[in-house]
Amino acid sequence: MNSQAKTRKAVQVVVIGGGIMGTLVARELSRYELDLLLLEKEAEVGWGTTKANSGIVHAGIHEDPGTLKAKYCFPGNQMFPKLCEDLDVSFRQNGILVVALSEEEMDMVHMYYQRGLERGVPVRLLSREEVLAQEPNLTPEVVGAVFAPEGGSVMPFELAAAAMENAVANGAELMVESPVINAWAEGSKKYLETPTHIIEAEIVINAAGLFTDDIARMFGDDYFSIEPRKGEEYLFDLEFEGLVTSTIFPVPRSQVSKGILVIPTSEGNLMIGPTSDHVGLKDDLSTSYQGFERIFSESRRLVPGLDSRKIIAQFAGLRAASDRSDFIIEFSPSVPGLLYLAGIESPGLTAAPAIAADVPKMLEEQGLKLVPKGNFQPRREGVVRFRLLSREEQDELIRQNPAYGRIVCRCETVTEAEIVDAIRRGARTLDGIKFRTRAGAGRCQSGFCQPVLMEILSRELGIPYEQVSKRGSGTEQVQYKAKELLGKGVS
Amino acid sequence: MHKRITCTVCPLSCEVVLEIGENNEILSLTGNKCARGKTYATKEHTAPERTLTTTVRIKGGVHPLLPVRTDQPIPKQKLREAMLATADLVVEAPVIMGDVVVENFLGLGVNLIATRDLDRVDQGSTESVGTKNLR
Amino acid sequence: MRRLEVDVAVIGGGPAGLAAALAAHKEGAARVLIIERNHELGGILQQCIHHGFGLHRFKAELTGPEYAQRFINQVRETDIQVLLETMVLEVTEDRTIYAVNSSEGMLEISAKAVVLAMGCRERTRGALRIPGKRPAGIFSAGTAQRYINIDGYIPGRKAVILGSGDIGLIMARRLTLEGAQVEAVVEIMPYAAGLARNVVQCLEDFDIPLILQSTVVDIHGEDRLEGVTIARVDEDWKPIPGTERKIDCDTLLLSVGLIPENELSGGAGVELDPITNGPKVDDTLMTSIPGIFACGNVLHVHDLVDNVSKEAERAGAFAAQYARQQLSAANRRIKVEAGENIRYVVPHEISLDKPVEFFMRVQRPEDDVFLDLGGLRTVKKPFVRPSEMLNITLTPEVLGKLQGDALTVRIVSQKEVDVDA
Repeated sequence: MNSQAKTRKAVQVVVIGGGIMGTLVARELSRYELDLLLLEKEAEVGWGTTKANSGIVHAGIHEDPGTLKAKYCFPGNQMFPKLCEDLDVSFRQNGILVVALSEEEMDMVHMYYQRGLERGVPVRLLSREEVLAQEPNLTPEVVGAVFAPEGGSVMPFELAAAAMENAVANGAELMVESPVINAWAEGSKKYLETPTHIIEAEIVINAAGLFTDDIARMFGDDYFSIEPRKGEEYLFDLEFEGLVTSTIFPVPRSQVSKGILVIPTSEGNLMIGPTSDHVGLKDDLSTSYQGFERIFSESRRLVPGLDSRKIIAQFAGLRAASDRSDFIIEFSPSVPGLLYLAGIESPGLTAAPAIAADVPKMLEEQGLKLVPKGNFQPRREGVVRFRLLSREEQDELIRQNPAYGRIVCRCETVTEAEIVDAIRRGARTLDGIKFRTRAGAGRCQSGFCQPVLMEILSRELGIPYEQVSKRGSGTEQVQYKAKELLGKGVS
Repeated sequence: MHKRITCTVCPLSCEVVLEIGENNEILSLTGNKCARGKTYATKEHTAPERTLTTTVRIKGGVHPLLPVRTDQPIPKQKLREAMLATADLVVEAPVIMGDVVVENFLGLGVNLIATRDLDRVDQGSTESVGTKNLR
Repeated sequence: MRRLEVDVAVIGGGPAGLAAALAAHKEGAARVLIIERNHELGGILQQCIHHGFGLHRFKAELTGPEYAQRFINQVRETDIQVLLETMVLEVTEDRTIYAVNSSEGMLEISAKAVVLAMGCRERTRGALRIPGKRPAGIFSAGTAQRYINIDGYIPGRKAVILGSGDIGLIMARRLTLEGAQVEAVVEIMPYAAGLARNVVQCLEDFDIPLILQSTVVDIHGEDRLEGVTIARVDEDWKPIPGTERKIDCDTLLLSVGLIPENELSGGAGVELDPITNGPKVDDTLMTSIPGIFACGNVLHVHDLVDNVSKEAERAGAFAAQYARQQLSAANRRIKVEAGENIRYVVPHEISLDKPVEFFMRVQRPEDDVFLDLGGLRTVKKPFVRPSEMLNITLTPEVLGKLQGDALTVRIVSQKEVDVDA
């Protein structure tokens, strides 16, 4: 579509990017009387880097002093329990254990412990016996560890989607499949062009993850760059749930990454990873044999009992690493009202609520008048997780709504009612349903239920079966009707 | 000229080697461990046949497609034509297993038959879930 | 909560469940219930529209739906109760079943005997760790079969199929008949996994290449599959560098193994055999939990549905006897062991007072061998293959001659037999 034909729209504040950073900012700003729009390039929020994030809520002991990462990590960690409770997102506060496998490594462990004490992070130093009593499946080679009980894990997509739902419920607007393809400033106004719209904004918050530098360059700022760093992760069958209780960290052997971890996710599946490899392309999400070999051998050093035959899924993500190796949280030096929230890599997820909480203040300092809404609703309610209810509760639900009696995903026990609800709350794709309800995330990986999910999406969205997609335009699952390839259509 | 045919009559799967003459006639045949293999290989060379199993569209049924088959094998080279012929067919529910969908299919003297019962979409729908006897 | 009491509850209304329920009924069980998650009976057979079923049992080559319909029609003639669109959530050790459907809500079913007949699921890409991107267009063969034969959609126009088991071969033909192009069937072993007749009628008939000793090593395509890279593998199944070749396609079908679906069994505390991934059973097909029986693909993956029906009839009959408290515990229990070149044997434990049908699979192919059952019977086999299950029945007269407390099933070469003789 050429620019002339595009719809023009004026808003006060635009957030570019619906990752964990952008959605939490949108929620924060939806507390105020503001004309607010979030632009997301994928078919759902949280599908960039956020989707592949390992979900760890860090304790606040890894970050170097004096960095923005250190400034925001522990405060963010402290915000998680209330944030997740308000948004009805599961947060597992299962603690973080950094283990030493030698006396040299114990020096690092002591250093983390001291740092924790200095920062006010709750930490304990554990002896070998104490570690093994807490985590009997750890390697007997462990020498000692530092334990941070207030570390935990969440499902990052779930949090981003919930934050966005809450922001929308409080008046924010969301446009998906709307990448910013051009941007420019004219005086105090900024303009953003998407495939369908030209948007005029007073304030632009650039939280575009891997693409924050590309958008900065559109505005004429070329003073930072984002380098994609790939991490592969491997998920185990629920059978391995409980093999470890806390997230197990090794003592890191590189400056850049925290190492390969053993992560009990908040959904129960054990996960190992991530690797940390610079890649050239911002869309290379392939997994590899080498990635697997490295992850599996490293994680087996920590937990010898891991069995590669029980792996059910693998995926990769790209960290938006800035060339400063720290967050970039600042206004553009050349364009007024343009705020960069860039390079939000580890501990980005943990820090994001604290950064988002600072954004209103930053905007006020730039002259924006913020009037709090009287009716801001911080809580997201009404999300049903059928599989977690008692038999009596399940029975009662079915009486109220028979669609709870139709189990669509057998492996994860997900009902038709939950799937329809997920669609009404924003899911438009198979992956959107999977990430919200877990339908298709289990041991058969939607082998059984995919055709039914397709049927429900087709019906609820009023689109033909052939248009139902895995994750947005171009990823439609079935391309042809029966007999169509024989040159005959179905009427 | 030699031609190899794997016999599929029994799990032994003997590899039968045929010597073919100028007029495509079988000059000799070896490799079969029994007489059925000779019969099979001869037929496979001279007049190979296959049973066609496919689906046809059905209106008003609990499924959009009805599985069908030819009640006898048809010449192998007719399979593509047969698929094209079934592509336009539309049958109406209800159907009982064995119902003839097309008589004398492609003029080959075989019938195309339904391979299952397929109920109408409103047949017994109020009782399709719940404790009941199947009717 | 709706409460029901039944004599025999059968979980699953596919070929195993149907045969088990009919046998239980025939054996005199008064209240027999089939619980089926789909809106109709027949299980996986309803999407297996090809023929080749029932050759042994009915002396005919039926299609899957025809085979199923014969049993469904028989069930119709009885007072066997059927719950459709009903999903079992839990089976307890004391044989209480929790199931849901949209009209009854939660059902609490107390059964005197339970028959597990849940079938199996397909192995996934994740379980194989096939590297590469994750575009749309990758399906397990069974899911693709369902789309094509039940829902009426064709996934794509150019396909590669990984795995030459019967499901992969059948789908190669099905896709071709529906107008798609199948570029190749890729198999990691040096021989096709499925029946020779399927290689002929599904691949050779359509000039579809069968590429042996190879596997998929990379997947291309961002949004939609654009192609796969295959490579040859060595004896350890490791890809050989330099043998890679790209095949353009928009659809990849995975036919890479079936896994018995024992989530409910495990939940009840049933002991599973790690080789079969199914329950350990005795010669009445009872699992380690009293009154819970298993049959069909949930017990071990079968090749022939005829054998599923036979096995299920046994389980159903014994379940009915158990429900009447007429199944006596045997005094002498003999362990059945998998010996040389035997991957598994079912049942795992027998008494010697009833005839027993043993089902087994070999670990690797061999020619001109003998199947030896505990020294009691030796059967000449011109060849044995992992993809072809073996079965043999021994009578109490023969079993009574067993020495010791274990019956070892093994494959023996000609030479050994000569020496033993």
